[in-house]
Amino acid sequence: MRIFQYLINGISIGSVYAIIALGYTMVYGIAKMLNFAHGDIIMVGAYISFCVTNYLGLPAWASVLAAMAVCTVLGILIEGLAYKPLRGTPSLAVLITAIGVSYFLQNAAQLIWTSSPKNFTSVVTMKPISLFDGQIVITGEVLLTVGVSILVMVGLTLFTSKTRTGKAMRAVSEDRAAAQLMGINVNRTISTTFAIGSALAAVAGVLLCSTVPTLMPTTGSMPGIRAFTAAVFGGIGSIPGAMLGGILLGIIETFSKAYLSTQFSDAIVFSVLIIILLVKPAGLLGKQVQEKV
Amino acid sequence: MKKILALLLAALMVVGMLAGCGSSKTEAPKDAETKAPEAVAEAPAEGSAPALKIGLTGPLTGGASEYGLAVRGGMEIAVAEINAKGGLQIEFKAEDDEADGSDKAVSAYNSLKDWGMQILAGAVTTGSALAIAAETVNDQIFMLTPSASAVDVAMTGPNVYQMCFTDPNQGASAAELMAQKWPDATIGVIYDSSDAYSTGIVDGFLSKAAELSLNVAVDNAAFTADNKADLSTQVTQCKDAGCDIVFLPFYYTEASQVLTYANTIGYAPTFFGCDGMDGILAVEGFDTSLAEGLVLMTPFDANATDDATVSFVEQFKANNDGKVPNQFAADGYDVIYALYNACVAAGIDGSTPAADACAMLQEQFAGMTVDGLTGKGMTWDGNGMISKAPAAVVVTDGIYVPLA
Repeated sequence: MRIFQYLINGISIGSVYAIIALGYTMVYGIAKMLNFAHGDIIMVGAYISFCVTNYLGLPAWASVLAAMAVCTVLGILIEGLAYKPLRGTPSLAVLITAIGVSYFLQNAAQLIWTSSPKNFTSVVTMKPISLFDGQIVITGEVLLTVGVSILVMVGLTLFTSKTRTGKAMRAVSEDRAAAQLMGINVNRTISTTFAIGSALAAVAGVLLCSTVPTLMPTTGSMPGIRAFTAAVFGGIGSIPGAMLGGILLGIIETFSKAYLSTQFSDAIVFSVLIIILLVKPAGLLGKQVQEKV
Repeated sequence: MKKILALLLAALMVVGMLAGCGSSKTEAPKDAETKAPEAVAEAPAEGSAPALKIGLTGPLTGGASEYGLAVRGGMEIAVAEINAKGGLQIEFKAEDDEADGSDKAVSAYNSLKDWGMQILAGAVTTGSALAIAAETVNDQIFMLTPSASAVDVAMTGPNVYQMCFTDPNQGASAAELMAQKWPDATIGVIYDSSDAYSTGIVDGFLSKAAELSLNVAVDNAAFTADNKADLSTQVTQCKDAGCDIVFLPFYYTEASQVLTYANTIGYAPTFFGCDGMDGILAVEGFDTSLAEGLVLMTPFDANATDDATVSFVEQFKANNDGKVPNQFAADGYDVIYALYNACVAAGIDGSTPAADACAMLQEQFAGMTVDGLTGKGMTWDGNGMISKAPAAVVVTDGIYVPLA
């Protein structure tokens, strides 16, 4: 019975990783850059939602919409000001800039909202479902996070395969120069990618803080890095891979904490990751791309 | 185009530099003006002795700024009160170390030394305190830290003193309190294995608990700074082991997660925190009903009704936009008074060289008893560790009530 509770706990945190990983993988897959500021956009999204509910007194759904709107604009601004001028430079320069943006967002949040933690009120009002006399408890947050991450995964897959913009994204991802020659506006496509990725980050922020209520300027950074690991684990660039990687990472983490050692849980999680990457270097669902010389 | 831009930037820089000069020029006389009358006012009382220079290093910005700003706020109140009395005057300066124990702490300390600091009333965090304690030993500067609680800090040298409990001592007193109140309880411990504060308390707690033969059912539910985002497994472990008391020796930041999750799964043991738990009720957006019945050990209770606490809380609120002071602020306040009392007794003033003051203060602290906001009859042992009665409160109807 206990094992099921741990499984649910694992899926709960895993689906939060999954939804963050979806944003990572989307931006990496199309813009071919690691947006290390993604975790911090999550944090901004959570703060916006917190402010809208606590200071303006608006309902939860309005706060999620506001967070998505602010994060979308923020994502486009960051892309335009920090990443676009560096297009064509070595990818290392963009990576360092992304780390810079991450620090900028954290410190700006510290100035605006101070470093003292805030307690995020969950957007879920549903009562937890209690099974077997309370031996297993499924919270509304788990159901919502799993539901939303599946929805986002399916939505993104459909979007990239069916719509014009989505197809343009895949073309840019495949070969930027060729896509440009075919008349695709590469800059606009990448901006759109960032806009979608940041809107997802806002949703992820609200779900993360609904599951784990402590909200601080550094809230996004550690889950962000874990979600990035999850994205690599599942095969970076692959949308279903990010989902699978996130959930598996959450479950492995919880089980190693519960049955092996809480102190070494990270070591265990990352050892599993190393072993899997040794066997499948492209990640679980990643495509092995043949380099033609 | 680029040239114009470059020129513009250069022009901006020149303007900036000029502006910088301008402000420093206007500031200088202002400073002199404000100092001059002070010196005059002091002259009759102290025979024109210069003010005693006390410095604080602590996190004034960054993730731990909550603590640094609280300590500074408490110290500023004490300094203002003392200076208003006349007699020995104190000049106080705080430098930011961002709780960074590597280079920032030492450079903050060095800039205070350049300023002419005679006594160090820092650092706020253990990491920074360890980094500069060794320097104070070399420089022979007396150091009384308000809140750096690791044993290693006090053990660095004979000139390093603490105003707060050491971590193992706090853990041991928690165990004693549990043995006294709930001798038959099953106890679970959740702690942060990546944090010296938390592990220090747990070490002291577990050894004392073994001595008192307390029933500790879960003692390995640890987390680290990297995976503290999810504490549900640790709570579930305690629930499965049937713990009636869950000991949470870490900061309130993570504690609200534990309380929220336990509430969601319908698990209601007695939660027991240490002084790091102080502040949980003030977290914005926190539903204080979750903390109902929470026991925590804190040397300072802002709701206490004695005159000293009431006037301190009022003054602190007036200076800090209505913010209620926590124990860090009270520790800071007590540090300044302890130093002031010792300096008056030893006849130290602004003209005493730091090394002489250091030797005289060590002598004073060895035999001194101080009453403050964080305890009555506080004394120090030869290592510089404090001895004061531990106090515990229980959260009742959203406020602290002394544990009966």
